[in-house]
Amino acid sequence: MTLPSPSRPFAEVSEVSMYYGGAHGTLALEDVTMNIGHGEIVAVVGPSGCGKSTLMRLMSGLWLPTEGGVIIDGREVDRPLSVVGMAFQNPTLLPWRTILQNVMLPLEVADEHRGRLRKHRAEYTAKAHELLKLVGLASFEDRLPHQLSGGMQQRASLCRALIHDPKLLMLDEPFAALDIFTREDLWAVLENVCLVYKPTVVLVTHDLREAVYLADRVLVMSARPGRIIAERTVPFERPRRREDTLSPAFSAMVQELRDLIDLARHSVAGVPEHVS
Amino acid sequence: MSVELILPRQQSPDVAAARAKARLIRDRQRVLAIRRRKRLETALPWLIIIAFVALWELFVRALGIAEFVLPAPSTVVRSMIRWYEPLLLNAGVTLLTTSIGFAAAIVVGLVMGVALGSSTLIYRGVYPLLIAFNSVPKVAVVPVLVLWFGVNSIPAIITAFVISVFPIVVNVATGIATIEPEQRDVLRALGARTTDIVMKVGLPRAMPYFFASLKIAITVAFVGSITAETVASESGIGHLMIVASSRFDVPLVFAGLIVTGIMGVAMYAVAAVIENHTTKWATRGQDNF
Ligand SMILES: Nc1ncnc2c1ncn2[C@@H]1O[C@H](COP(=O)(O)OP(=O)(O)O)[C@@H](O)[C@H]1O
Ligand SMILES: [Mg+2]
Repeated sequence: MTLPSPSRPFAEVSEVSMYYGGAHGTLALEDVTMNIGHGEIVAVVGPSGCGKSTLMRLMSGLWLPTEGGVIIDGREVDRPLSVVGMAFQNPTLLPWRTILQNVMLPLEVADEHRGRLRKHRAEYTAKAHELLKLVGLASFEDRLPHQLSGGMQQRASLCRALIHDPKLLMLDEPFAALDIFTREDLWAVLENVCLVYKPTVVLVTHDLREAVYLADRVLVMSARPGRIIAERTVPFERPRRREDTLSPAFSAMVQELRDLIDLARHSVAGVPEHVS
Repeated sequence: MSVELILPRQQSPDVAAARAKARLIRDRQRVLAIRRRKRLETALPWLIIIAFVALWELFVRALGIAEFVLPAPSTVVRSMIRWYEPLLLNAGVTLLTTSIGFAAAIVVGLVMGVALGSSTLIYRGVYPLLIAFNSVPKVAVVPVLVLWFGVNSIPAIITAFVISVFPIVVNVATGIATIEPEQRDVLRALGARTTDIVMKVGLPRAMPYFFASLKIAITVAFVGSITAETVASESGIGHLMIVASSRFDVPLVFAGLIVTGIMGVAMYAVAAVIENHTTKWATRGQDNF
């Protein structure tokens, strides 16, 4: 086993390839290598079906790569990590639980909390209140999910991903189903939450403006089989502001990424758009 | 860039008051309409039953159908009053055997449903056998049960159990097996075990399926126990009907049928009430007007 050390990156993905359905099945990822620093926010962008979600599942140990390895926080990933917070395009709240109960769900499940929950419930509930307040849901704690709009459900889903102080936050197109106003509101909410709790974040998205707004670094993937074909560091100051998105530098960066993706989509000759 | 806001028009106070009043009247009318509709909804089943019985009575009288072919409702009621003691007694026996078989089906159905729903391996392995069991006509099995257990309530209990366990298993398994993959991932990435996922997500989300299946299962449980009673038993409403028909007492046979129907509807209603109180979240949107 390798030991954590402050000089190592938080996450190391080394020469990872992933086949679905055995070695003769679909090659979803090919020779992906990347490092992510402690507390870094990394966005992964790429055409649909290129293996972004696959990469995320491999990093959280939900699936194991066919080749190569993943090291998170100094430990080889060989089973589901128990420290990851996840949020998806679909908020996946449990419809029979109130918002507060939904947010507290990870505490009933994660090993390091489930034993403490009963004794320290007040402390955990306070944490949940604090998070919900931070995302603007303070007065909706006792509602059921279906009484909330999609954007509000997604806020709650973010809180659920953060309640157990995860070292790693995995967001798979979390805002893709929202309208643009809600989405841009949530960018600010998410950045704010990240600045407070400082998790390491992997954000999968196909919205390039979102990637540039939120990330410290953007990784561009090729069409399937996914490889990392480019990497850009985002220079803008934090916290980012809505005005930044109107600056020429911002637009130029988005445009550059768009060109890279176009290149990526047409790089595999004769293969039409993939459907994931 | 300049932005102009469109402000709401100023209203004179009496226009505003008139509008508020109109709104009040409209609301009141809506409430009344909803109430009328609710009242109709509760009354309708009774009205339809009354109409059905009246038509039946008319039909029998108008065509002068003989009592031993199709008795009129009034004849059936007379027979019910005359034989109320054996009817109640045997209905009680049937209710008891059915309830025992049904209770066993709930327990076994839940356990099997959870097992099948949470493991693909068990699902693939057991499902074909389950289908095979379910395809066997239960009447054909009763004589075998009688050979094994004798002429008593046990064959009826087992038949009620066997026939009602299937819908419960299938529904619970479906509820658990259809957890969204993302939901599963969220929990697995927290280090959740399969039992956690089943307890926290699978079972609660299977509950609406489970209660829906109970409503079906309880009615088919009656079919099972009564079928068994007609083949071999010394008591029960099925036995009573067989005895009555061997005496050509057709009104009593119909009385038995009606008592069975009432028991079925009553048990269904119980299942429905329990369902409404336990899985409110699944019927959202129907309560918010
Ligand atoms: N469970 C699976 N079984 C087989 N193929 C899969 C599975 N999940 C994804 N794939 C395939 O792998 C490729 C990458 O999928 P995915 O990681 O979901 O892409 P993205 O998230 O970038 O849209 C797609 O072509 C998809 O069809
Ligand atoms: Mg995806």
